[in-house]
Amino acid sequence: MSENLTVKAGRFVSVLPHCRLLNMSVDHAEGQSVIMRLPYSEAIIGNPENGVIAGGSITTLMDTACGTAAFVGLPGNELCPTLDLRVDYFKSAQPGKDLVAKADIIRITNSVVFTRAEVYQEHGDEKDVVATCAGNFMRIGMQINGRPV
Amino acid sequence: MSSETSIDFRGIISGARNDGEYNKIVQVIPYAQLIGMELFDMSTLAGKLQPIFLMPKNDHNIGNPTLPAIHGGVVGGFMETSAALHLLMTMETQAVPKIIDFSLDYLRAGRHTDTYTSCQVWRQGKRVANVAINAWQTDPDQPIATARAHFLLVQD
Repeated sequence: MSENLTVKAGRFVSVLPHCRLLNMSVDHAEGQSVIMRLPYSEAIIGNPENGVIAGGSITTLMDTACGTAAFVGLPGNELCPTLDLRVDYFKSAQPGKDLVAKADIIRITNSVVFTRAEVYQEHGDEKDVVATCAGNFMRIGMQINGRPV
Repeated sequence: MSSETSIDFRGIISGARNDGEYNKIVQVIPYAQLIGMELFDMSTLAGKLQPIFLMPKNDHNIGNPTLPAIHGGVVGGFMETSAALHLLMTMETQAVPKIIDFSLDYLRAGRHTDTYTSCQVWRQGKRVANVAINAWQTDPDQPIATARAHFLLVQD
């Protein structure tokens, strides 16, 4: 069952051109939760003095992880555009290491899917959280193919 | 990164401020280049520099291929980077400001076309700046997204 959701999440992310550009991938999806990965690359550096990646690439990772959680947590292929994102950056991401996002659905209502995500880097078994985010997604009654739900 | 890189970066910033070629600052940020950002216009408003940034239509920035629409994360990344560059162009500091938090409201789908941003610094203290960012496509009065960010101003 959880393997099917990982496949569903992976298929969803694989058709998003910008996620392909960033080489983002789905590690795991299960229930109402998704784990995604953004590999380090010099192309996403925001500060050329120290090689720290741009907050914008972390925003893209979190938006995608939360949106994918909403996608896999809802039945069918319902598409929910982002209504808003609220991001806290605790510290700079360490250059050279992958970023991992764990996104969870907090609540599904008739109109809105409420999500949270945490972005961290792995140092052995230790998780070093660099950012968190709250993202809300609108249920507009449309599938990803443009047809009504 | 080597210290040689950091000398280059600060040289580019002070050089751009001297000769008014502010687009050189955009060109030295890899992420800005990845999403295709450029400085569209630099005017002076009430004695203050007012940059307008452009992210031209780019197939690699699409999130939803069906509509098609720009990835919401790219719109956010463009807005965050615009705010950081706005501060870098208008402040004294030569270090990239560090983002503390970011709140982003999506108002309309970002269509697969050119997108613009402009920023307003509402408050700049010694350590923190509060910046509002609007993003639009055809009409500045019909923004596709509006955001607010806090930046930590890194001391030189």
